[in-house]
Amino acid sequence: MTESNRLASGRARIDSLEMRGITKRFPGVLANDHIDFDVHFGEVHALLGENGAGKSTLMRILYGLYHPDQGEILLNGRPVIISSPTDAINLGIGMIHQHFMLVQSMTVAENVALGLPSSRGLLTDLDRVSKRIVELAEIYSLKIDPSAYIWQLSVGQQQRVEIIKALYRGAALLILDEPTAVLTPQEVDELFIIMRQMVKDGHALIFISHKLHEVVAISNRVTVLRDGRKIGTRPTSETTKQDLANWMVGREISFAPDRGNVERGEIRLKLDQVCCGSDRGTPGLCDVGLEVRSGEILGVAGVSGNGQCELAETVTGLRKITAGRVVLEGEDVTGLAPGELTDRMLSYIPEERMRDGMIREFTVAENMILREHHKRPYSRFGFLALSDISTHAEKLIAQFHVKTPSRETLAKNLSGGNIQKVVLARELSRSPRVIIAAQPTRGLDIGATEYVREQLLEQRRAGAAILLISEDLDEILALSDRIAVIYEGRVMDIVSREAATPQKLGLLMAGVHPEESAPAT
Amino acid sequence: MAMKKLLQSEWVSRLVDVLLPVFAALAALFVGAVMLLFLKVNPIEAYKALWDGAFGSSNAFAETLVKATPLLLVALGICISFRADVINIGGEGQMIVGAIFATWVGLTFTGLPGWLVITLAMLAGFAGGGIWGGIPGLLKAYFNVNEILSTVMMNAIAVQLMNFLLRGPLIDPAQAELASKIPQTARLLEAFQLPRLIPTRLHLGALIAVILAVLVYILLWRTTLGYRIRAVGQNPHASRYAGIKVQRHVVLALLLSGAFAGLAGATQVFGVNYRMITDGSASGFTGSAGFNGIVAALFGQLHPILSIPASILFGALLVGANKMQRVVQVPSALIIALNGLVVVFVVSSEVWRRRRQKRRLAAAGQDDESSPHAGGEKSQQAETDA
Repeated sequence: MTESNRLASGRARIDSLEMRGITKRFPGVLANDHIDFDVHFGEVHALLGENGAGKSTLMRILYGLYHPDQGEILLNGRPVIISSPTDAINLGIGMIHQHFMLVQSMTVAENVALGLPSSRGLLTDLDRVSKRIVELAEIYSLKIDPSAYIWQLSVGQQQRVEIIKALYRGAALLILDEPTAVLTPQEVDELFIIMRQMVKDGHALIFISHKLHEVVAISNRVTVLRDGRKIGTRPTSETTKQDLANWMVGREISFAPDRGNVERGEIRLKLDQVCCGSDRGTPGLCDVGLEVRSGEILGVAGVSGNGQCELAETVTGLRKITAGRVVLEGEDVTGLAPGELTDRMLSYIPEERMRDGMIREFTVAENMILREHHKRPYSRFGFLALSDISTHAEKLIAQFHVKTPSRETLAKNLSGGNIQKVVLARELSRSPRVIIAAQPTRGLDIGATEYVREQLLEQRRAGAAILLISEDLDEILALSDRIAVIYEGRVMDIVSREAATPQKLGLLMAGVHPEESAPAT
Repeated sequence: MAMKKLLQSEWVSRLVDVLLPVFAALAALFVGAVMLLFLKVNPIEAYKALWDGAFGSSNAFAETLVKATPLLLVALGICISFRADVINIGGEGQMIVGAIFATWVGLTFTGLPGWLVITLAMLAGFAGGGIWGGIPGLLKAYFNVNEILSTVMMNAIAVQLMNFLLRGPLIDPAQAELASKIPQTARLLEAFQLPRLIPTRLHLGALIAVILAVLVYILLWRTTLGYRIRAVGQNPHASRYAGIKVQRHVVLALLLSGAFAGLAGATQVFGVNYRMITDGSASGFTGSAGFNGIVAALFGQLHPILSIPASILFGALLVGANKMQRVVQVPSALIIALNGLVVVFVVSSEVWRRRRQKRRLAAAGQDDESSPHAGGEKSQQAETDA
C-alpha cells in the first residue's frame, strides 16, 4: 500500500471493522442472534432484511445506542467497547439516521458546528466551519451552500448536510440507515455518486435497505438478515435479485405475479371530462376521462404530483369536482359524500395510510369496522355489537395474516406492513364493486408488497373494477390490464398492457407523445 | 437478569402512571404545608381540619358530595368534548344558561305536579346548556372559529344575560317592589325542589350524576355515536375517509358537552339554592364548577367513571378548605392558592405522563425497526409478572 492510509478528509481510515457473535435480546424477542458482520475500507456492505429482521438493532449496537448482551466488536483487529454515540464518533464511526437530526431554523454551517467546541473558545468560528464544509463538499462532490438555511433545502440536500456533519466529525465508517427511503429516484442517483466517491477515498460504508435494485446497484457485498439471524454474506456480483429476495423472505418470491385470465365485464366506474382544483390553486385535474370495467385493473402511471392525489380524492368524494361527472355502475354519483359512495360498495386504499386509513389510537378491531361501524351486524339500534365486532376482527386477522398480539392492540403499535394489511382487510373483505388503490405498496417491505399485489389480483378475479394509482412503474406494469398516463392533471394516453413498455410510458410521463417526438426508427 | 429488571421497571412505571395524580395531589399539599408554616400555622392541624371538613361527619361528607355533583356533571360533558378533540372552556356559561332555562320552567308551570316540573326543568337545563355549547360548535365546524375563544366569550354573554334577566324579566316580584331590588328570582315551590336523599343537603342530583356517568361511559364505548365521536377526535382525516361526517360530530360533541354543564346549572337551582341569584359574576352562581369540572375530568383521565372519584376529591377539597379556614384562621387567599396548587400539580403530572408515554412509545417503535410483537409480549409478560 503505497498511498497513505489517510482519507481525503485527513482522518485515518478504518481498515476493518468486525462484529462477532452479536446477540441482543428484547423482552419477548431475540433481535440479534449471534450475528457476525464485517466491513472493510473501500467497500459498500449492504445489510438487507425485512422490517423487524434486526438490521437497525445491529447498527444501533455498532453506533453505541444499544449494548449487546453477547459478542464483541473489533476495530482494525483490536477489541473496542462502544458504549455511546460519542465513543462511536471518536472511533470514526458515523451514522446517517432515517430521520434527520437538523435544526430547521439554522444554517448548514450552524448545524454542522452544533455541539462541537469552537476553535475560538466562546466566540463562534462559523467562517472556519464554512470553509471546511466547502473543502469537504469539493472532495466528495457534495453540492451544498454552508450559508443556506435547512428549511430551504430539499430532503436530498438535507441528507447531504447529515453526511457532511458526519465527515466533519471525522467519520471513516459511515452507517446509512435506509437513506433512500425518503429520496426521489434522481436524488438516489446523486446519493450513489457521493457514496462511490467516498468509497474511492477509502471510507467504509454500511448501507441498510430493503430495496433490492439499490443494493444490487451500489454494494460490493451483501449480508441478509432474517428474524434476527444472519442468513449469509456474499459478494453482490455473485447474487441476483431473485436470490436475495428469497433469502430475505425465506421462500420463493414472485416478481411477476400470476394474473390469470379474467373476463372483463361491464363498466363499473366512469369519469367523464372531470376537472377539479388542487390544494396549491393550480388546476388539479383537467378533462379526465377514464373507464374501469369489472375484472379489470386500470393502472394510472405518472410522476408524483401530476394529479394522482386529486384523482383518488375526486373519485372517493373527498374533493369537489368543478366540471364533469363520475358514474358508478351507471349511476351519476358526482358530488356524493364519501359515506354515500362507501354504501355503494366503493372501497379505498388511501395513499397516506397512517393519516387517512387508520386511527392510531383505536384498536385493531375498532379499525376493522371503520367503514361499516354504523351497519349491521356491528351496530344494532345505535349500539355497538361488541361480540360481532370481535368475531369479525378475529376472522380478518386470520384471513389477512395480520401480525398483531391481539385484536385489542392499538393500531399505532403495528408495523407499516401490518397496518396496510388491516386497511386491506377492511376495504377488501366487504366484497367491493370498485376499488381505488393509491400507492398501495409504498414503503412496504418485499413480503408485504407481494401480499398486497396478490390481494388486488384476487379482487380482480372476483370481478372488482380496480383503479390502481401508483408511481412505481414496475408495479403498474406487473398488475395493470390497461395503463393511463397522467401528466399535469391530464390523461396523456391510455395504452394496453401489451403495448406498454417502460420507455413509452416514461416519455408519456414526461409529457411527450412518443409518436410526435420520434417518428424515426 | 437484565431482562427481569426491565420487566420490573416496566411494571413499576405502569403503577406510577396510575398513582401519579395521587402523588401530585400529595405533593401539592406538601407545598401547601410549607406555605402554612410560613403563616405560623401547624400544617398537621390545618390538614386535619380539612379532612374533618370534608369527611369528618355524615353531614360533612354530604356537603362534599353536594359540591362534587356539579363538578361531575360538567366533567362528564368534558369527557365527551375532549374525546372529540374539542376544548370546551364554556362550562360556566353553559351552567348559567341551563339554570335560566330550568328556572323559567320552574317558575312558569306552577300548576303542574312536582315530578313533572322537575323532569321538564332538568330537560330544559340540558337543552339550554346544549344550545350554549352548540353555538360555538357550529362556529367551529362550519366557520373554523376557535372553540376555546368562542366558548370563553359565550361565558361572558351568559353572565350578562343572567344579570339582565334577574334584574328585569325574571326578578322576584317581591324584590321588584323593594328599593333594594336584589337581583334574584322568586323561590321555587317546595314541591319542585329536588328530593333529599338523606337528612342532609344531599339531593337527588348526585344520584342522577352518577347514573349519567355510567350512561356517558356506555355512550362513548358502546354506541355507534360514541365510536364516531372518538374517531373524529383521534383522526378527523381517517374519519372523513371512512364516511363519517366530521363537522356534524364536532357540533354534537360540543352540544352534548354544554348540555351536561346546563344540567349541572339546573341541579344547582333545583337541589341547592332553590332560586337563581347573581352577584354579577359567573362564579357567584357556579362556584367555578364550569372550570373545576375540566380539572376533575382531566384528573379522571377523561374517563366518565374515573371522573366520579375525581369530582369527589375536588368537592372534598372545596368543602374541607372552608373548614380549615375557619379552624386555623388562614386567609382565604391561601385556600385558593391550595386549590390552585392541586390543579397545577395534577395537570403538570398529566402532561409529564403523556410525554413519558410518548417517549416510551417512540423508543419501543424504534426498537428493532418497529417490532410490534416485542411491545405486545412485553406488556403481556409484565402483566403476568404483576
